[in-house]
Amino acid sequence: MNVVAPFEGIGASVRRKEDFRFLQGRGAYTDDFNRQGQLHAWIVRSPHAHARIRGVDTAAAAKMPGVVAVFTGADMAKDALGGLPCGWQIHNKDGSPMAEPPHPVMAAEKVRHVGDPVAVAIAATREQARDAAEAVIVDYEVLPAAATMEAALKPGAPVIHDGVANNLCYDWHIGDKAVLDQAFAGAAKVVSLDLVNNRLIPNAMEPRAALGEFDRTTGEYTLHTTSQNPHVIRLLMGANVLHIPESKLRVVAPDVGGGFGSKIYHYAEEAIVTWSAGKLARPVKWTADRTESFMSDAHGRDHVSKAELALDANGKILGLRVHTYANMGAYLSTFAPCVPTYLYATLLAGTYTTPVIYCEVKAVFTNTVPVDAYRGAGRPEATFLLERLMDVAAKETGIDRIELRRRNFIQPDQFPYQTPVALQYDSGNYQATLDQALAAADWAGFEARRAEAARQGKLRGIGCSTYLEACGIAPSAVVGSLGARAGLYEVGTIRVHPTGSVTVLTGAHSHGQGHETTFAQLVADKLGVPVSQVDIVHGDTAKVPFGMGTYGSRSLAVGGSAMMKAMDKIIAKGKRIAAHLMEASVDDIEFDRGTFRVAGTDKTKALVDISVAAYVPHNYPIDELEPGLEETAFYDPKNFTYPGGCHIAEVEIDPDTGKVSMVNFTAVDDVGRVINPMIVEGQVQGGIAQGIGQALLETCIYDADGQLLSGSMMDYTMPRADDLPPVGVATHTTLCTHNPLGVKGCGEVGAIGSPPAVINAVVDALRDYGVRTLDMPATPAKIWQIINGGRRQAAE
Amino acid sequence: MPQVTLTVNGQTHTAEVEGRTLLVELLREKLRLTGTHVGCDTSQCGACVVHINGESVKSCTTLAVMADGAQVTTIEGLAKPDGTLHPMQEAFREYHALQCGFCTPGMVMSAIDLVQKNPGGLTEQQIREGLEGNLCRCTGYHNIVKAIAAAAEVMHGRRSEIARAAE
Repeated sequence: MNVVAPFEGIGASVRRKEDFRFLQGRGAYTDDFNRQGQLHAWIVRSPHAHARIRGVDTAAAAKMPGVVAVFTGADMAKDALGGLPCGWQIHNKDGSPMAEPPHPVMAAEKVRHVGDPVAVAIAATREQARDAAEAVIVDYEVLPAAATMEAALKPGAPVIHDGVANNLCYDWHIGDKAVLDQAFAGAAKVVSLDLVNNRLIPNAMEPRAALGEFDRTTGEYTLHTTSQNPHVIRLLMGANVLHIPESKLRVVAPDVGGGFGSKIYHYAEEAIVTWSAGKLARPVKWTADRTESFMSDAHGRDHVSKAELALDANGKILGLRVHTYANMGAYLSTFAPCVPTYLYATLLAGTYTTPVIYCEVKAVFTNTVPVDAYRGAGRPEATFLLERLMDVAAKETGIDRIELRRRNFIQPDQFPYQTPVALQYDSGNYQATLDQALAAADWAGFEARRAEAARQGKLRGIGCSTYLEACGIAPSAVVGSLGARAGLYEVGTIRVHPTGSVTVLTGAHSHGQGHETTFAQLVADKLGVPVSQVDIVHGDTAKVPFGMGTYGSRSLAVGGSAMMKAMDKIIAKGKRIAAHLMEASVDDIEFDRGTFRVAGTDKTKALVDISVAAYVPHNYPIDELEPGLEETAFYDPKNFTYPGGCHIAEVEIDPDTGKVSMVNFTAVDDVGRVINPMIVEGQVQGGIAQGIGQALLETCIYDADGQLLSGSMMDYTMPRADDLPPVGVATHTTLCTHNPLGVKGCGEVGAIGSPPAVINAVVDALRDYGVRTLDMPATPAKIWQIINGGRRQAAE
Repeated sequence: MPQVTLTVNGQTHTAEVEGRTLLVELLREKLRLTGTHVGCDTSQCGACVVHINGESVKSCTTLAVMADGAQVTTIEGLAKPDGTLHPMQEAFREYHALQCGFCTPGMVMSAIDLVQKNPGGLTEQQIREGLEGNLCRCTGYHNIVKAIAAAAEVMHGRRSEIARAAE
């Protein structure tokens, strides 16, 4: 026992432990839970983008078959509940705090977006609840809506929140404007670009669901919810909304079917089912249908920007100026304000030695669903802006686009590298990832492929992006100084059982990332316990001491580091026990993968000998050491982590239809140390699929009245298997210098690096049509217009 | 209320359902076979795919009464009683063709039908086109396509076991 096969440790593509249950239909997702006496909730949602509620008549609904209760926003207000809180406060240029209007769980006075909850019908079956919800009569006074940022900022625009002038949430900036203006004054060339980062709908395959329970005996509430961070939900909902102490509130996020950010936030339905369960003393379950997901899950991106790049005569970047409008939607979602600021503007140096950057961001309320972090969150927006700008600058200076990037790269010997926008990068090698990607994609041979495609009547293009991201979020003191209302450490407990198997309790949460395997590999590698004997427990506030959850590619960099710290404590204690058992000095005890050895001798004890002694302390240093072998560590990172790399897209356009085919995609990413290459590749491939989706297919569309037109999977184009190419993924590693694993994070790189690579390739394919830039998604209609509009003009 | 009798994974069940009850609701709510999932309400995502009389069908778009007398196979019915996985399940695991697992049951059921209907083999492009009724948001499909190709080799007897994925 405790002899670990080496292939299970760090660097091995161990097949996933969780797959056995998922592949046999034994996963346990929130909607799979059913309780004795359970009721079902259906939410009455606003059909209007902006309207005053004159009255809500629930009388008819309340009398319908199976109906137990119909609650309205006014009922919630009677219980003096709080609103949905925002977890991050941004300050305006003048130092004043951002506008932070209330976000009622259910609207009582006004609705502010299509889908805003107004009432809830609770009945014995889901169908009965739905029928009752349809019978609730809401008397609306429809108001003019501001569906776009442009409409919201116009003089005389509808006032979405009383007291929020011009619908402006904040007007924020970073960087030294005066120094930047000087840099621009001395520039040989200024390149300017207007960009739209299209609004996306995350669409995790599992719709959100919530099951609230109340135990009349103990007074305890339990919420099962589709969440990426159950402890954060417990904190926000307990402290801010329902006023339930943590000791009386258990939040469980069981198997969760994808999140991509959309399941970070505290949503109204979680509070509604928990509160209703208490009122009715019966379990209450709500599960979104997909239509509800479209109009109630937080959306992503939605920036409008103007960027200007100043260069010297050699193509060296002198400065970058960016003005961005960011859509917040109708209310502030949990982490919305930090996305277009500290997760965006701080990334604008990218991989380049830009000496001065100034970025101004205006965040705007509109009558749309709240916008918050979606895979990458701010960093895809920054990367798209920067990498599009580099291609345009290359074209307009006449410098080759690869060469221009090389001239501006931060050099490997410049780390740690302090950017002008607050971040200090610890490691990276952007030349190496670029070179590896160019070779893998056969960049040099592209012109031959372009010529061959042309002979077939096709337009072929190639594009790259040399991106960087900041993740492993984040040092608590740093984010606190920037407005976060939470710490961003992680918690790990290592419980070595008497017979030597191990349970790991982690505050990170897996909703597809394969934590049950990757984290077990850390234990196999460090403690020498086989993966099969390591179980990972996550997603339950009653089991795991605390946690901040999974987002911002932080699970391994922060959560894994907490486990490493806890394992260090286990080893330290184990050495003292081993020293006692082997009658040696503790300083002479060495530990390597499950074996304690007296240095220079063949005297050894296996981990299981130590765990038995710890729990059966007959022969034990009981005067100086407590029994048991369980340790907990909190790990607060010292810095963000900085993955980076190069993505190369190759596309072919059919000029007759305008359809863009992805013919090849190559990614070389530096994600730090790779624990499980198979899982890392899968994460990168999935991120790239979402990035290609953004670039070519996906966009959220509201009409001028604030009706969501892309409100179903028939209207919103999700990438399908035949939309995507095989994706060649490779890694090139430089280690993170400040966490014990050297890991950086891999969950978001795909979605960050890929969209500009794709658009750069499309623009390259269209080089004969005078296309300077192109907004995402590059749909066939748009491309056809470019090609045929040009032809028509030529003919005229 | 109408009564339906159907065989699910070899077991015969009789249940009273509303006329509007969907097959997936019968499976999930009455028979507690929660492996079959609902991911959309427009018959787009395929998370709900099961086999009815050997053919893949979206159970969210099938009324329970339409399955009266039918043989239904769900994801729970694929592995052998001794726990041996179906080659498609085994291939999905070997090729890391699932992440969150939510689309997986429907994806596996669709893939089995696709392979069974193409005994002559499938090109990569045919596999991609054959998955047009199934959405996955996690994997980018790259590994799903590989898994299906590997499973097809075993299902058609061209290999005795799932080929190991390249390390």
